[in-house]
Amino acid sequence: MSIAEAEAAGKPGERAPDLLYSEAERDLAGSLRSLLGARCRPEDVLGRLGGPGQADRPGETEPYDTVLWKAIAGDLGCAGLLVPEEQDGAGASFREAATVAEELGRAVAPVPYLGSAVVATTALLTVGDDLTVRELARGDVTAALAVGSESAPGAAFPLTARVSGPKSSDSRAGVHRLRGRVRGVADALSADLLIVPSDGVPHGLYVVGTGVEGVRRTPIVSLDMTRQLCDIDFEDAPARAIASGAEADRALQAALSAGAAAIASEQLGLADKCLEMTVAYVKERRQFARPVGSFQGLKHRLADLWVGLTQARAAARYAAACLADVDSDAPLAIALAKSYCGDLAVRAAEECVQMHGGIGFTWEHPAHLYLKRAKAASIAFGTSDAHRASLARLADLPGA
Amino acid sequence: MAAPTILAFGSGKQRKRWLRPLWTGEEIWCQLFSEPGAGSDLASLGTRAVRDPGGDWVVSGQKVWTSLAHQARWAILVARTDPDVPKHRGLSYFALDMTAPGVEVRPLRQLTGEAEFNEVFITDVHIPDADRIGEVGDGWKVATGTLMNERVAIGGMSMPREGGMIGGAARAWREHPERRTPGLHDRMLRLWAEAEIARLAGLRLRQQLAAGQPGPEGSAAKIVFARLNQEISGFEVELAGAEGLRYDDWTMRRPAHADFFGRGPGYRYLRAKGNSIEGGTSEILRNIVAERVLGLPSEPRVDKDVPWKDLPR
Repeated sequence: MSIAEAEAAGKPGERAPDLLYSEAERDLAGSLRSLLGARCRPEDVLGRLGGPGQADRPGETEPYDTVLWKAIAGDLGCAGLLVPEEQDGAGASFREAATVAEELGRAVAPVPYLGSAVVATTALLTVGDDLTVRELARGDVTAALAVGSESAPGAAFPLTARVSGPKSSDSRAGVHRLRGRVRGVADALSADLLIVPSDGVPHGLYVVGTGVEGVRRTPIVSLDMTRQLCDIDFEDAPARAIASGAEADRALQAALSAGAAAIASEQLGLADKCLEMTVAYVKERRQFARPVGSFQGLKHRLADLWVGLTQARAAARYAAACLADVDSDAPLAIALAKSYCGDLAVRAAEECVQMHGGIGFTWEHPAHLYLKRAKAASIAFGTSDAHRASLARLADLPGA
Repeated sequence: MAAPTILAFGSGKQRKRWLRPLWTGEEIWCQLFSEPGAGSDLASLGTRAVRDPGGDWVVSGQKVWTSLAHQARWAILVARTDPDVPKHRGLSYFALDMTAPGVEVRPLRQLTGEAEFNEVFITDVHIPDADRIGEVGDGWKVATGTLMNERVAIGGMSMPREGGMIGGAARAWREHPERRTPGLHDRMLRLWAEAEIARLAGLRLRQQLAAGQPGPEGSAAKIVFARLNQEISGFEVELAGAEGLRYDDWTMRRPAHADFFGRGPGYRYLRAKGNSIEGGTSEILRNIVAERVLGLPSEPRVDKDVPWKDLPR
């Protein structure tokens, strides 16, 4: 929508949604932070990644913490935040979902919250797959949208998987078969179900179990070790159709938009934690007989990072509010939040490594977990540049 | 800035005398703080107030960057009453009658061509002790209160999308497709995004204040606002191409305020340079954020426990 059209439609950019955290959100964040503080400390996350030898064989490591995820999903109810209460969910809004993403970002928690509770759940809610939504909301089942992690809102419907004909042994009606390959999918290694966009007549979304014959997941040695990707091959995998044509397009876009908005909050949390760790370190670390944090060369960069966080928080909260309120400004809000928070998180993680000096360059210090997550997440759901480019249309600022 | 200070620190009599004509606009006030030798290090200022035998004060010194001094009836003034103690402790706060003999106001022409500000020369000016605000030696405390009000005033304005300087740049972008290049496009999009996010951060700051959660975000808002104004106006001049080589007017005038929306991009570019200096430089604000928000240690201070008169100058 152009600025002129937006103004005619009631100036979406001029409404003033609440950008603060509600009391319920603060409570939820507090509970989650205590849980993560006890069970997902940086050394715990590092420990899962094993020794240097194991990291070379990603298939043998267990990057996703499924026990922790059960606690977050089931005990705290985070898997069902976006799901209405009558469908066994918590009936919360996208604001709460974003707050949870922020906390998980602070801990670089290796759990499939984003992929399952936000992205896959949004797709299923959009198409109205009640039964699967309930399973996800309860935390019994984890799902992932089978698209490349880099897919941005507005991306064309992926066609690398396609519907093949039913096998002669398929007696049951409604069973479809999928063939093809999807590369670089996040949160799929720990998933029970995949939601697969597939080419066909018409194209559609299909649900496939990961345990069935005809589905092969190949782990990728991923830049972000705390959110390991995999390639997925479908060889006549049995599938259930949940949406086709325009409805499938809509569900895919809703899911990618939700993912982009939530990962912006995750990046905000990550940046906040990087600043916190770095400030604590430069107060302790002494060189030249004084804390290195007393040198203006570091202080001003840290102050700028804090300033950036005040901006990132406003952007992330606005995107969350727009999704929660079904505001027509949501696409613009997401483009702002994802581009700004993505860049800021990378800067925060890079400063964290640099200001930790030698220790920050080691494997034993967790700074690299944040750097890898930040850099990978800046590409996931669309790069900052791609999101800014979309502002050309959304804010009526066309290119040359 | 004078009113909250008089309200907070003035005596009953002082409030009664000064506040009503201040509110009605009948009497304009100006602020005599900065000096040529005391900018960021305001507490090192050298304007002297010496007590006469009758208990009143005789003041001499030079102040600078004073808005409205040529129209003001009164000034709030910080002067040194005790040079023998460390700099923060020897200051006192006064109201100065701008019509008193010995007060001379000269326009201070700025790099934009006009003079919003003044220099004020104070030569043996008599100030009755009744016009002192706060205790003798408490001037720093009172002045700090004044400066806080200034920063809140700068950071917290409400505006619609494209309501700030970015609006002019976006309009110029839309009106001149022939000037667009890929490099300028990237900058346009970045600046638009940053300006819109800064606007949202301002909105969030006001929501925090309304919810009774005052935070230090005001300093952040001022740092961001200064940098964005400078980058956006610089972009606008470049976008204007050959037109950017012209300037609207170098005539020496006496405007009361910056005129960001009534004049051309060249003026905006030049005037915005002041945004990161006036009301606390961006560097001082970063120190404040680093030390008061993040709790980082201060740089070693060589002037803290030294009497003001012994400081190297």
